[in-house]
Formats: sequence, structure tokens, C-alpha cells
Amino acid sequence: MAINNIYPQNEEVSIEVNNLWKIFGDNVEKVLDSDTQFAGKTDILEKTGCVLAIKDVSFQVHRGEIFVLMGLSGSGKSTLVRCILRLVEPTDGKIFINGENVCDCTARQLTELRRHTVSMVFQYFGLLPHRNILENVAYGLKIRGMAKSKREAKAREMIELVGLKGWESYLPSALSGGMQQRVGIARALSTDPKMLIMDEPFSGLDPLIRRQMQDELLDIQEKVHKTILFVTHDLHEALKLGNRIAIMKDGEIIQIGDPEEVITAPSDGYVREFVQDASPAKVLTAKRIMEQPNVLLYEWQGPKTAMHILESTELDNAFVLGRGSKFRGLVTVERLLEIIKGGGKSIMNALEPEPLRCTSDTIVEDLFPLVASTRHPIPVVDDDGKFLGEIHTSTILGSMIQDKETEPSD
Amino acid sequence: MIEFPAFIHVPLAEWTDAAMDWILRVFSDVFDVIGDAILFMLLYIEKFLLWLPWTLVIVLVGIVAWRATHRWWAGLLMAGFLVLIGSFGYWDLAMMTLAIVIAAVIISLLIGIPTGIAMARSNLVETIIRPILDAMQTMPSFVYLIPALMLFGLGKVPAVFATIIYAVPPVIRLTNVGIRQVSPDVIEASRSFGATPGQTLMEVQLPLAIPSIMVGINQTTMMALSMVVIASMIGARGLGLEVLLAINRIDIGRGFEAGISIVLLAIIIDRITAGLAPKQEHPAS
Repeated sequence: MAINNIYPQNEEVSIEVNNLWKIFGDNVEKVLDSDTQFAGKTDILEKTGCVLAIKDVSFQVHRGEIFVLMGLSGSGKSTLVRCILRLVEPTDGKIFINGENVCDCTARQLTELRRHTVSMVFQYFGLLPHRNILENVAYGLKIRGMAKSKREAKAREMIELVGLKGWESYLPSALSGGMQQRVGIARALSTDPKMLIMDEPFSGLDPLIRRQMQDELLDIQEKVHKTILFVTHDLHEALKLGNRIAIMKDGEIIQIGDPEEVITAPSDGYVREFVQDASPAKVLTAKRIMEQPNVLLYEWQGPKTAMHILESTELDNAFVLGRGSKFRGLVTVERLLEIIKGGGKSIMNALEPEPLRCTSDTIVEDLFPLVASTRHPIPVVDDDGKFLGEIHTSTILGSMIQDKETEPSD
Repeated sequence: MIEFPAFIHVPLAEWTDAAMDWILRVFSDVFDVIGDAILFMLLYIEKFLLWLPWTLVIVLVGIVAWRATHRWWAGLLMAGFLVLIGSFGYWDLAMMTLAIVIAAVIISLLIGIPTGIAMARSNLVETIIRPILDAMQTMPSFVYLIPALMLFGLGKVPAVFATIIYAVPPVIRLTNVGIRQVSPDVIEASRSFGATPGQTLMEVQLPLAIPSIMVGINQTTMMALSMVVIASMIGARGLGLEVLLAINRIDIGRGFEAGISIVLLAIIIDRITAGLAPKQEHPAS
């Protein structure tokens, strides 16, 4: 998949879940041993009185990615992530964290795992109401037995990272929901874990704050590069944050894929229903809809050559590139004429000031303000400034209509 | 079919007597040691309270009551109550009563808080202990006063012992409830960071249960005080004995003075212990 190149991704597996089962009830073996395991959730409840929470789930989370587990409430996603740290004991199956089988861990190993390798962020924050923000953030380190001055220094650093400097001495109840969750994130990061498990961390927040927190999480992830397993019931959140998304229904994972796969090729009716109201503008990236221009100019070409090329193709503007396809800017026919009249020798003098640009992973929604502010096409460039393609207003509008119906073009 | 058949007979009385004999035979040394320890502690508390100048006690109680209730007039009122008790001529007796209450409460907390914690951590323990607590609170106190006499002899020790049996259930119950009502979200978060059960108890559950435990301590203290009259029947000197003597002499006035002294003592202790409990600004749930 082309999309995998967009996110610098290591294929090293951080969390691996194999054939995991969780059944709540008294006759658990009965369900696993008999044929009833192939039955549905309601059948199992009727026949054995057991509640099937997770049914034969397998997936892998790669190092450094944000893996989103999405499903409606009751689909078993919260139980699933709790099984990974054995906050809930799995009934059957294997879980590996960095190759270590969590299910075989002794109590001591499990404690070490929770203290050093994986941290959790919770929907209802789980902050200690009787401790101030500083002590809350330092809690994971205190549990480890770290000295007070050392753990508080680390906690202050984390509080600053999540933008809560100045709130150290307040109790959690003095903070808004969004701020409390920042404390939760700071607390989780303070132990320097390799992985984060975030169980619907933003679901309890109002939409505006939620979006802000999502942006901040992405910013923080830029700095810390953790492996994140993120649980949500909100498709837009999944599409925004996830490098890959797994969709859960009735305790099973019914599709795993990157956001574009999920939205353009839903595996069954359930997923389709889920993504129906998702706007393609939130998923489609510039890379996906960009086109190659008919004409490109180069910085070493003279103004008269450029004028000739544009006239012969009946265009009134074109992008100018340097060596190695480096993007330089945009020239228009009017500016070229002015330069020629003035006797200028280089087309670089004719460049439009501060041309707009976007990167290949810019989502269509973020292109709207750009196309609105110019009548020229938008250039797509990579991180090194290399020109990749262009986007016209008409292309954007086309993508919005077309993608509702068709299969992915690649 | 009208009368209950006589042949259905559970000889619980005989069994109890036998058990009591056995305990007295086998464990009398153990009870001597326990009794000596209680007596030692009690005498020190009593000596200390009687050694304190009455002026100092009144000033201290006034200040503590003021700080605990945040009302200056409450401090004055509590100090005034003590002056009143002294004016009845009951200062020394009140201090003796207080010594018994303090000793009983200290031992009750040493037993009660760990028991409450054990109950909160295990449903099995809770199921076992709950009926025992019910029995301790509803059993007429004379039923265990007599065995207490047999175990410890006449005097202050069986009085403390009986007071503990009567007063310990509230602190056990409220410690249990306080810990159980701590939000599972917070406990789960604590576990997820690798806290051992002991760390979760000390860092999360106990601190959040403190308001509830303080109510338990307050109730235990009140019940201990209400037991002193009955405890005086087995030889504990104090305000209770004064009430008892006045009743025997049908000296209504004297009895009322001693009785009102106990009430005033109760009010002072109640307001101070209740005021010292942290306000529940952040409920545990």
C-alpha cells in the first residue's frame, strides 16, 4: 500500500495479540471446549449463561504507530485493552509485549511491565482526588520507589509537555475535563513507557476540546514517538489519529486497515454503516488526489523560454522547479511579461511571493482554506521540498463526490 | 403440637460453659498478660490525666475545640462544660472515666482498623465478620460482662474489655465501607501503573477512606463513653460508678449531676473528633 510510505513506520511488532478470548461467567471451559464457541454472542449467553466479551481476536501493533481500536460501546474494546495489561484476566490466547508473553508473567514480572513498559490513560481519568497535579503525575514513579526530588523533577517536565505549567499544586477537582486528561497523559508519559494504551481518553470531553486534545496528542507523539493503542467509538477520531484502524463488533475484529482502506473499502455492511457519515474530506490525502501538471518550468530557464512554453500550451501559469525537482514557486504570464519588459534575465524574479503549498499527507479538509485563497493550483511537496504534484479546486470537489461510490483507484 | 417438643434440645448452654472452663484452664496465663498490659496502659493514661493541672486541661480543650470546629464560641462552650463538671466535684472521676474511654478507643482502633481493611479486601472475611459485629452490638452487655469478670477479675480491665467489645464495631464497619466506596476507576489506574495491592491500599484506598474512618472513630468513642455506666458495675471507678451509687441511694440530684457530666463529656469528645475529620470536599466516588 502506498499509504504506508506516508507514515514513517517500523514493522517491528510491539504488541501482538493471538487468538484472544475473554468470557465472563462460571462455565467458561464449557464455552471454549464445545461447538458453542462458533455461535454468536446471544446464543452463548442463552446456552451457557456466559457473556462472551472477546472472541478469537488477533492483531499486531507496530512500533511507533498509533493503532486505533474502534467499535460501539459493548463491542469489547475496553475489555480487550485491559486484557493486555491483565487488569482483566484473559480466558484464552496469547499476548506478547516486545516478544514477552504477558499471560505467562509472574506477578512480579507483570508489576515490572506495568511500571516500565506500558502506561494507560483512562476515559474517566482515574486521577487521585486527594493528591495535587504534581503528585498525580509523579504517582507512577513513586510506586516504583523513585526519590521525591527526582520524581517531581520528572513530573514537572511532563506537566510542561502537556501545557499545564503553573497548575502543579492544584487538586484535580479544580481542573476542567480536558485539563484532567492532560494530567492523565502526563502521568502515563512520566514513567517513560515504550507503549501507551489509551482507553477512550477524549470521549468524555466536549467536541471542541476533544479536537484540540487530538491535535495535541499528535504534537506530543511527534516528540515522544510512542507505540500507542488508542480506543475510541468515534470514527472521525479514529481516522484522524490512526495509522491503522481495527474495527470491533460483538467481541470480534472485523476489519483491520489504514484509514483510507477502511473508508473506501469497508469489509462488510457493519463497517459501511459506520463510515457512511464520515466525510471523505477528513480521510483523503493530498497524495491521493494530486495530479501531474502538463508543464513544469525550471529555474535555469530564461523568461522568454518560459513565456514561449506557456503560450504554446495556452496556460497562464506554471510551477518552477530547481535541481532534484526542488519546488521553487509559481510564475504567471503577467509577471513574466513584466520581467521581459524590464529586461530581466531570470524567471526567478517573476516568482509569486510566498506561494501556498501542502504536503502529501495533508487531508482534503485542510486544503479547503488554501484553494479558497488562491485561483492557482496548490503544489504538493514532500518534507525535503521536492515537488510531487498539484491539486486543482476541481479535483478536490471531484474527489468528494466520486469517493462515495467507487473502489480505491490503486 | 402446640408446645415445642422437649426432646429437640440443643445444649448450647452446656457447650458454652464447657468452652469457658476450657478457656479459663488453658489460657488463663494469656489473659493475665493481656490484662496486665491493659491495666499498665490504663494506669499511665489515668495518672497523666490526673497529673495535668485542671486549668491547663480546660484551656487546651477550649483551644482544640475552637480549632476543630472553627468557631470561637464552641471553644468557650466546651471549656465552660469542663468548669461545670469540676464544679460538681467530679473532676477526678471525669478524668478516670476519660482514661477508660481513651484506653478502650486506642485498643479498639488497633483492632478495628486492620479488621475493617481485611473485610474490605475479601468478601469471605466480610461474610464471616459481619454477623460477629451484629452480635457484638446487639448482645446484652451483661452476657459478656460476667465472662470478662471471670477472665480478668474485678476492676478496670474487664471494664475496658467490655467497652471494647461494645465500641469496636462502628470503626470496623466504617473502615470497611470507606475502603469499598473508593472509585474503582482510581484503583484500576493505580494497578495499571504497577502498584502492588499494599501500595494501592496505602496510597489510594486508605487516604480516600479517611473521612469515613473518622466518622467510625467518632462513633466508637461515643459508644465507649456510653458503656462506662455499665462498666462501673464490675468495679471501674469513674462517673459511671457515681451514677450507680446515686441510683442505689435514690439520690436523684446526685445521679443527675453525674449523668449530666457524662453527657457534657460526650458532647466535648464528639465535637472535637467530628471537627478533626477532614471535610468531604472530594467524595471518593
